[in-house]
Amino acid sequence: MPVDPQSPLISIRDVSKFFDDFQALKDVDLEVKPGEKVVVCGPSGSGKSTLIRCINQLEKHEKGSIIVDGIELTSSKASLNAIRSKVGMVFQQFNLFPHLTVMDNLTLGPIRSKGLSKQQADDMAMKYLERVRIPEQANKYPRQLSGGQQQRVAIARSLCMEPEIMLFDEPTSALDPEMINEVLEVMTELAESGMTMICVTHEMGFARKVADKMVFMDHGEIVEMSEPGKFFTEPDSQRCQDFLQQILHH
Amino acid sequence: MKLFLLMMTALLLGGCSGDWGWYVVNPATKSGMNNLSFLLSGLYYTILLSVTAIIISVVVGLLVALPGLSKNPFLRGINRVYVEIVRAVPILVMILWVYYGLPQVADISITVFWAGVIALALSDSAFEAEIFRAGIQSIDKGQYEASHSISLSYTDTMRFVILPQAIKRILPALGNQLVYMLKMSSLVSVIGMQELTRKANELVVTEYRPLEIYTILVLEYLVLILIVSAGVRWLERRMNADEK
Repeated sequence: MPVDPQSPLISIRDVSKFFDDFQALKDVDLEVKPGEKVVVCGPSGSGKSTLIRCINQLEKHEKGSIIVDGIELTSSKASLNAIRSKVGMVFQQFNLFPHLTVMDNLTLGPIRSKGLSKQQADDMAMKYLERVRIPEQANKYPRQLSGGQQQRVAIARSLCMEPEIMLFDEPTSALDPEMINEVLEVMTELAESGMTMICVTHEMGFARKVADKMVFMDHGEIVEMSEPGKFFTEPDSQRCQDFLQQILHH
Repeated sequence: MKLFLLMMTALLLGGCSGDWGWYVVNPATKSGMNNLSFLLSGLYYTILLSVTAIIISVVVGLLVALPGLSKNPFLRGINRVYVEIVRAVPILVMILWVYYGLPQVADISITVFWAGVIALALSDSAFEAEIFRAGIQSIDKGQYEASHSISLSYTDTMRFVILPQAIKRILPALGNQLVYMLKMSSLVSVIGMQELTRKANELVVTEYRPLEIYTILVLEYLVLILIVSAGVRWLERRMNADEK
């Protein structure tokens, strides 16, 4: 449930994005309130990753406006930096820094971009490693960890920046099946702690449990947007029904 | 190492036949010892020249490589023009031009040593730039995205994330360049640099034993380069600590 129903934390209006001639996003509108959990799903190539990548400016949108916590995303460096520190991102491929230990992966951002001392950063890193339940792996290198552990380190790395919003881009798609749950559990706990989250995922069990709002995208458009109860039982569009049929019964 | 011992043995055995005159560098005799230490005295400048030149060429190479990775076509153009021009000049020609031409063009005086360093460093920097560019381009773009997501600046992203990984990958190529530089430093003898090759040339002129003296010269370079290779391999192992 939304913690604070007033003004939206993220406001996406009329956003379009092109890759050369291909239109990846078509006039997308989406509002996310503080504390709200949004799950985005849809077939591959539907624009879901592009949408969340636009929110932390890994991709630049060409039309429309994206406002995060009162700051409009423009191409200016100031807006870029202001947003990046508010928005954390977890990637499908983890993208940990392979040449650094888990601890150094976690403390690099806080020390270099938030100006924390080594000690402060270490303390914070340990706090979040405990939260993702792998404090004992602090001095290992990413390669020495399982996929599930690596993804939990990646979540902890994002949390160390103390973001207001967490974006998840198919965080379990690159994992072996037996490791999916340990990552989803961490994400569920994070959701329960009140973090504002946008998750691109096909884990519908997770979606049912934590989502306040379900979004179905296809061909760069938001086709269906509703609360999970309605979304899973009586979606309006045929496309969404077909999609759910496929992923729930495969 | 085995090859090296084999060569040494072959040479020593050869030395027993009538055609060789090892006396010229026989450390048991006074003049032989003098000649030997004269030859070895070039070592200092060979090493100093090569090391100074490689350091400068790595730094210049990196500075030239970075604009080559830019999205801006003008910056990429600067990189291309530099690499194409510098790469097209033979090292010997570069040495002659820097020593005899540069002082006139720039109205400066330049020592033999610095002419050698500048010429070698310039020549090599174009190759270093290409090595760096390839190394940096081989790093997955997810590493940039992750750096972006934790608010690292461009400089910090390069310094803490991209370059440490890129350098690890290009270390064998950088080692090659250092070996190459050590060998090319012999060309600086033509402008009078008192390094290994120059010393050997001077001794040949007075002793008339080119075979033995140049054989010693070959061995000097061989030993130097084997040491460098071992050093580079040690460094590679050390930098791969995270892959165990």
